[in-house]
Amino acid sequence: MMWIALALIVWAAAFALNVFLVRNKAPGVGYLVPVIFGLTLLFVWEGFVRGFGISPVLLPPPSAIGAALVSKTHILWEDLVQTFFKGALSGYIIGCGSAFVIALLIDRSPFLQRGLLPVGNFIAALPIVGLAPIMVMWFGFDWQSKAAVVVAMVFFPMLVNTVQGLQATEAMQRDLMRTYAASYWQTLVNLRLPAAMPFIFNGLKIATTLALIGAIVAEFFGSPIKGMGFRISTEVGKLALDMVWAEITVAALLGSAFYGTVALFEKRMTFWHPSQRH
Amino acid sequence: MTDPIPSQPETADAVITASDLNLTFQTNDGPVHALKDVNLTINKGDFVSFIGPSGCGKTTFLRVVADLEQPTGGQVTVNGVSPEEARKARAYGYVFQAAGLLPWRTIGGNIRVPLEIMGYSKAEQADRVRRVLELVHLDQFEKKFPWQLSGGMQQRASIARALSFDADILLMDEPFGALDEIVRDHLNEQLLELWGTTGKTIGFVTHSIPEAVYLSTKIVVMSPRPGRITDVIESTLPRERPLEIRDTPEFIEIAHRVREGLREGHA
Repeated sequence: MMWIALALIVWAAAFALNVFLVRNKAPGVGYLVPVIFGLTLLFVWEGFVRGFGISPVLLPPPSAIGAALVSKTHILWEDLVQTFFKGALSGYIIGCGSAFVIALLIDRSPFLQRGLLPVGNFIAALPIVGLAPIMVMWFGFDWQSKAAVVVAMVFFPMLVNTVQGLQATEAMQRDLMRTYAASYWQTLVNLRLPAAMPFIFNGLKIATTLALIGAIVAEFFGSPIKGMGFRISTEVGKLALDMVWAEITVAALLGSAFYGTVALFEKRMTFWHPSQRH
Repeated sequence: MTDPIPSQPETADAVITASDLNLTFQTNDGPVHALKDVNLTINKGDFVSFIGPSGCGKTTFLRVVADLEQPTGGQVTVNGVSPEEARKARAYGYVFQAAGLLPWRTIGGNIRVPLEIMGYSKAEQADRVRRVLELVHLDQFEKKFPWQLSGGMQQRASIARALSFDADILLMDEPFGALDEIVRDHLNEQLLELWGTTGKTIGFVTHSIPEAVYLSTKIVVMSPRPGRITDVIESTLPRERPLEIRDTPEFIEIAHRVREGLREGHA
């Protein structure tokens, strides 16, 4: 009972503190308020789990998750390297890179546009739970099969966005390039690629989350004894839910950081776009 | 109906000639005669305005000269060669209805686009950018982005861009159509000044009678369905033209003739 009371008191106190900070326009209030809110949430979670005696299998307290994060950092890091850097990132680069190149080819040829876009769509529609075991058969248990799943997942959104982006120029701007007697490549580099950038970055951003999900889920269907997906599936079996939550925490932070990095590049490269001008 | 315009004799300094030019667009609603039997000669140093209602083919004519549309009949020469060869020789600069500046490049960067494509050296590029920006009075704005400038300034920058590679011909498709009257007057004055100093041959499409009369040495009046020339008026105004010239009887007389030509075309 004491934990519940404490949790409620801390909640009310933190609420009051935030209101106080906002009213007085304290320096750094824009950062302080969300941090206080987040800490309060964790504390209330902790208090309720303890106070109501919730089984750690259902919901471990944040302190247990924190302990797992600290005591098993080396395992988490090893999993992260395996799943993110080897599986997701290499698949992301290969998938997005090849989609970009094929988008350029499609753009030059209406024949390919009719032929390849439906194929891309077809691949995107394949269920990952069917695709992953096949990729494991083809490419083995290690990260290569995960990268292959990621390639299949990110390829289509990247392709569609890039193709659309390459069509985003105005007829007048293309005419202008024609009056300069500009070559295909000159027009591409000077006009069409820059104009396509907002679309390309949309594809890249969507692909970040898809890549991480794909790499994690693919590990459920066979992997070496490391990796975030592998860890989640085996720790669930051992009812070590604190470790599962620790992996989820890492995945969430990683996914946000990945997306944030791409968004940062986007901001720098498409500063001229109305959506980025402030 | 007016009498057909006799094809004019080709003179030695003809820059653009069109003889029996026809262009028919095939649309879902049947063929559209954008240009029918157009004959015209534009001489070196001429300032020629094309005026007429929408659909009279004035823009289409300019686009044919620029090799942006292909005629379905007749002959066009630019500098004595076909429009395609002239385009590849970068014989003209084209100014569109909208400025069409690339938003990811600065004003200076936009003017460098044609220069980069045409392979000028870095030093030459910088030199030319500075020169044309001075010409259109935008020298303070080289480092600004297009979206930081007003519409009139953007259009001036697009004119600077068309001037940057020193083509002898300037083709302008309603460049001031979207601007207000005051800015327009100002840009008209500047354009005349520029024409005076550079001696370029200018083809200028407009909706406005005063603009056409004020700017041109020759006014081509066109009418729609099918797009054709109904009158070609040689201006008697001197080349030096202050804005006040628009109140002189001579100016009003020419404007009247243009209006008559437009009305006839409509009947």
